[in-house]
Amino acid sequence: MKIFTFHKGGIHPAERKLTAELPIRPAPAAPVLTLLLSQSIGAPSKPVVKAGERVAAGQPVAEPGGFVGAWIHSPCAGVVKKIERVRTAQGYPADALVIERDAESGERYAYPGLDPAQASSEEIVARVRECGIVGLGGATFPTAVKLVPPEGMTPECVILNGAECEPYLTCDDRLMREHADEIACGAYCLMRAARVRHCYIGIERNKPEAIEAMQRAAAGYEGMKVCVLRTKYPQGGEKQLIAAILGREVPSGALPVSVGAIVDNVATAYAVQQAVVEGKPLTGRVLTVTGEGALNPGNYYVELGTPLLSLVQLSPEAERVIAGGPMMGKAVSRLDSPSTKGLSGLLVPGAPDAGKMQACIRCGACYNVCPMGLEPMMLARQAENADWEGAAGRGVMDCVECGSCAYTCPSRRRLLDWIRYAKSQVRNLK
Amino acid sequence: MSIFWLTILILGVTGLLAAVVLYAVAKKFYVYEDPRIAEVEALLPGANCGGCGFKGCHDFAAACAGASSLEGINCPSAGKAGMDAIGILLGLKASARNRRVATLACGGGCDRRRPTSEYSGLRSCAIEAAVYAGPTDCPYGCLGCGDCVKACPHDAMRINAATGLPEVDFSKCVGCGVCVKACPRGLMHLCELHQAHHTVVHVACSNHDRGPGVLKACDVSCIGCGKCMKACESKAISIDRFCARVDASECTRCGKCVEVCPRGSILVDQIAVYQRQS
Repeated sequence: MKIFTFHKGGIHPAERKLTAELPIRPAPAAPVLTLLLSQSIGAPSKPVVKAGERVAAGQPVAEPGGFVGAWIHSPCAGVVKKIERVRTAQGYPADALVIERDAESGERYAYPGLDPAQASSEEIVARVRECGIVGLGGATFPTAVKLVPPEGMTPECVILNGAECEPYLTCDDRLMREHADEIACGAYCLMRAARVRHCYIGIERNKPEAIEAMQRAAAGYEGMKVCVLRTKYPQGGEKQLIAAILGREVPSGALPVSVGAIVDNVATAYAVQQAVVEGKPLTGRVLTVTGEGALNPGNYYVELGTPLLSLVQLSPEAERVIAGGPMMGKAVSRLDSPSTKGLSGLLVPGAPDAGKMQACIRCGACYNVCPMGLEPMMLARQAENADWEGAAGRGVMDCVECGSCAYTCPSRRRLLDWIRYAKSQVRNLK
Repeated sequence: MSIFWLTILILGVTGLLAAVVLYAVAKKFYVYEDPRIAEVEALLPGANCGGCGFKGCHDFAAACAGASSLEGINCPSAGKAGMDAIGILLGLKASARNRRVATLACGGGCDRRRPTSEYSGLRSCAIEAAVYAGPTDCPYGCLGCGDCVKACPHDAMRINAATGLPEVDFSKCVGCGVCVKACPRGLMHLCELHQAHHTVVHVACSNHDRGPGVLKACDVSCIGCGKCMKACESKAISIDRFCARVDASECTRCGKCVEVCPRGSILVDQIAVYQRQS
């Protein structure tokens, strides 16, 4: 069996997939859901319902604020209480719709189901758009926009990202094991929508059950193939995945479709299948609650807008909660903030980070592990000296923020913090 | 001939040749520079702070020497006396500009703004602001890592250990505006001083939210109630997105706004009398 991988850099952090054997369970239903109006990349959505209005489960409540934007649907039947300014997980103020659940009413708003083999490409793309589907790997880019490439670019294949290279997270693994047929059908919908004949499903070698399940499901579709990937971080990075499977490098600043690939997460494919075949909009997702400090580890199906506090039970020693995985996740400063479309996990790490930051010893370890071939040490130094033109010249904008440099640094320098800051400053230069 | 004399000869000839070449090159590529530029530069403090709007003191001096009038050209560090000296040197009239000082539009010190989370990252406001909304419930307030203090070229700022907020030493501040650019939250404002006054009245809050969250976040937060605006006789106060601002050029320093403010967000900072005359 051929094992695919990218070749430049990469690291091998401890996998710690504590929740891999725990099946997906629904999270307890919250009485009040808070739907943030900006849950995806692009313009914030605009509400289409007013305070006091009754909504059915799955009813659209906010429309896209621009071409790059997404519909938002109510996960439950209930009453829109108000449109309020709340705080995001990072503490920033943001507008949100507050919906009070009505347990009695089982009202459902549904779209008619389509037959993926019969429906046209436009019909599928329109359905993906009206069902509010965004990239569920974490980047939350609207999927419908991705499926219609810019003029002059022709996609050749769809790549499904089931690498799940982040330590701890297991939501994609569980989804592939339990819903392989739906994911394969969703991949077929994406192939039809993008008008391509090939689909590659990349899964890291440390998930043999998922590989087996997906191989069985993919056998039913022509041109669909599972590619087994080496277990190496960041194998699930979009550019790394394309390099591993197609052997092509995405040019600096270009879209993946410029080398003929459309990359979607397996969870996105599942959401696409639900939208196209079942007519169900995106109103929830699977997320992993994990870490040594979490008392209720597991994989949960969570409705959008559920307060994070109700999802995770903290042990008394817990010091922090991270939204996402340990490598790319962000610390949560407000546990009363709601879950969003992009939230793939809640990690409560056990022992705090013991190391103290020391001076750079110029060992070059960060150069060796950078999967984009950048020089993290020099970029961080340029950021410290506010040399934004210099940092831009060294390709700071190509950084995928995987954090391999900071992970590997023997002096425990916070290289990624500086690089992220440099990226924000370079963006301001233009 | 002994090796001694030969060495002297070779080195002497080489040196002579080099001198001729260097002289020729210096003549050929000579660039004329107005001698007054160096003279003006000698009158400047040489802080290269950028408060004048030029890249550094040399660029400012070149702009002065090349200008037909000093209207709008001003070095805040040199002050009025320095600009007058430059004017005498160039035979031009120096334009008078009121002195400005930097003020912090946040009064939420450690005791007034309760922390809700703990930040353990790099001690840099810019980085902390890029990571999240801050360790308190106020997403607008001072982060207290001292980027402004590090940036100040005039040693006029320090972090007050009791409040955790930066303080401006008005006897040293020249209003160059370096701290204004350094603050990622935009909390430093330049406040104009008038000859007749020796105080600065400013609103020490930048919270643009409304509702009970503002009250809970900080003891001295401006809630945008507008009492100060109504009390102000010279119409110097405006409310911008639920936060009051004092226009220093209109303000008469009567102090009525400070009396009526229910939150204690408006501060009166004293400028020492001796600076008024400089």
